[in-house]
Amino acid sequence: MNLKKLNIENKKIRDLIPQVLTVLALLSVIIYFAINAQINMGNRGISFGFGFLNQEASFDITFSMIEYDGSHSYGRAFLVGLLNTILVSVIGIFFATIIGVVVGISRLSDNYLIAKVAEWYVEIFRNIPLILQIFFWYFAALRALPLPENGISFNDISFLTIKGWYVPKFIWTNFNIFLLSIITAFIAIYFINSYATKQREQFGKQIPTIIISLATLILIPLITFLFLGVSLTFEYPVLKQLSPTVFTYEGGVSIIPELIALALALSMYTATFIAENVRAGILGVGKGQKEAAASIGLNKNQILKLVVMPQALRIIIPPTTNQYLNLTKNSSLAAAIAYPDIVLVFAGTALMQTGRAIEIISITMLTYLTLSISISIFMNWYNKKMAIKEK
Amino acid sequence: MIKSFKTWILVGLASLLLVACGQGGGGAGSKKSKTLENTKKAGFVKCGVSQGLPGFSNADEAGNWTGIDVDVCRAVAAAVLGDADKVKYTPLSAKERFTALTSGEIDVLARNTTWTLSRDADIGLTFVGVNFYDGQGFMVRKNSGINSVNDFKNGISACTNTGTTTELNMRDFFNSKNISYEPIAFEKADEVVQAYDAGRCDTYTTDKSGLAAQRTKMSNPDEHKVLPETISKEPLGPVVRQGDAVWEDIVRWSLNTMIEAEEYGVNSSNASSLKDSENPAIKRLVGSEGELGAAFGLDNDWSLRIIEQVGNYGESYKKHIADTGILPNRGPNQLWTKGGILYVPPAR
Repeated sequence: MNLKKLNIENKKIRDLIPQVLTVLALLSVIIYFAINAQINMGNRGISFGFGFLNQEASFDITFSMIEYDGSHSYGRAFLVGLLNTILVSVIGIFFATIIGVVVGISRLSDNYLIAKVAEWYVEIFRNIPLILQIFFWYFAALRALPLPENGISFNDISFLTIKGWYVPKFIWTNFNIFLLSIITAFIAIYFINSYATKQREQFGKQIPTIIISLATLILIPLITFLFLGVSLTFEYPVLKQLSPTVFTYEGGVSIIPELIALALALSMYTATFIAENVRAGILGVGKGQKEAAASIGLNKNQILKLVVMPQALRIIIPPTTNQYLNLTKNSSLAAAIAYPDIVLVFAGTALMQTGRAIEIISITMLTYLTLSISISIFMNWYNKKMAIKEK
Repeated sequence: MIKSFKTWILVGLASLLLVACGQGGGGAGSKKSKTLENTKKAGFVKCGVSQGLPGFSNADEAGNWTGIDVDVCRAVAAAVLGDADKVKYTPLSAKERFTALTSGEIDVLARNTTWTLSRDADIGLTFVGVNFYDGQGFMVRKNSGINSVNDFKNGISACTNTGTTTELNMRDFFNSKNISYEPIAFEKADEVVQAYDAGRCDTYTTDKSGLAAQRTKMSNPDEHKVLPETISKEPLGPVVRQGDAVWEDIVRWSLNTMIEAEEYGVNSSNASSLKDSENPAIKRLVGSEGELGAAFGLDNDWSLRIIEQVGNYGESYKKHIADTGILPNRGPNQLWTKGGILYVPPAR
């Protein structure tokens, strides 16, 4: 490198120095805290390490999507908590999106009643702290549910009680073949759609893709049932008496009330924000666009689907990404109502039993960070896909 | 201009070096008790208690804390500062308690905490004694027809607190009985009570003293009962940070003094009149013989102040546990001379 360029009067270097110093200062603060923590822990006889993750956890968890009991390790307990966090986030995001879109469109409805109901919904649910809503659903709403012996029965195959919602369990034979057929169906649908697009763009022919896609999705898996030995039976929950007045259900799958309350609260709350995003997005599309679409003979559905929504989505997606992130992070309030998410199981029970605060809190923070960044990356990809493609 | 940039770099490097080398300080290994010094300087004992467990540590509407755990803190304050009221209470959840202690936010943890090997050895804590011998039990509805743990069947749901030994005992118990169960663990005791009260779970399990105390909070206490079986040993006692032996001794012997005082019949009303007692053990307790306080840097009246201001263990138990109807029968928490297991080393 040329010595002249290293001269302090060179503008590039001069601009660089404050930045380098800032980074160094920040690093030294971090190093200071790390060393300090290490010394303090040393003084107090606390060791540091992640070996505990392999130790036996010896506590049980109410609800787990993978096989788990107390004889598994803390690492496994972490995984159970993580999956439960992801589960409630996915359910929450799914319902928040549906409710949000419906409410957002309803607010723009010409029907006075529908528009007002949607407005009141938004104003009420977004202005009450989430933790109170969680408590409301768990302690007030679910408390009104009956005990198992008087459970609300749906056709005698599913029961809603204060101990949870008992639903039939699916018992599959040859599930793999079925799964394969679903994947095949989706691939087929993809090709049908791209064929339809080509037909439309080249010859202006409209092909009813939705009906054809639906038919494919039903027909292909149906074939596996009829000819390839796939079958599905149900195991229904049955009332079981534990003592003269204590009842529960046996068999089937129990959806615990903690999950129901948390998913309800999260989706109802987040939906209000998504609804506002949707409303803003639709209003953000110029009136002239709709009029132009109408003038070339598109019907109302086509206008919404082909002209308004593609443009509205560009406005809706970025703030909605924020709401998805918020919902995921807010799911950590689960601990208040005993839903075994990562905070309750890992940053709660496991932290208590092992006393390894620094390790466990760091792992938990990193986990949330990873989850949030993954959602971010996915939504950014989707946003880019939806963005205007300049030709 | 050039000069100032060079100085910047120098200052930056120097501060980095300082950060890297200038560690140390804040160590607790010295012979003097840093905690004792700090407590005297602050003028109050920093004590961690529960978020509200009647009989052990519970605040009334005016914010005054009472209970047998609170009395341990009061005893330490009386011994060290001369006034039992000079205590700053920090209510802690089961999850927060040890971190609060090891980080120095509190100096004594008197929060119905079970003494176990891993807690004692692993996470920088030292248990100084036992102020309540407890055991885990189960509460059920009276009309449930469950009269013993042997009536539990597969599929029972059990509510408890998270972050406690209870969660572990529960698993051990149900496993040993080969019963499949649904564990539901809440962070706060109040939420456990609410969920159990609502019928979310069939039984509520925690330390028996806790069950007795929480029963009083149910919407209808008479509808519930505690099963006779005890499924675990739960010696509850005060905890201090590891590494300050003098402070550890002060807390240990403050508790021991209360128990020994009961053994020798010394109580808050007769303590000062016993200065001329015939019994040297009593004279040592009230400070008219020996120089016991000097061993941990206190004056000779430290134990007298504890007895006068806080009372002996029996008085404390009667006031907070028996008279409040929580556990009128002292059971194992009776003196060894009266059939219990309270036995402390002699103060001499």
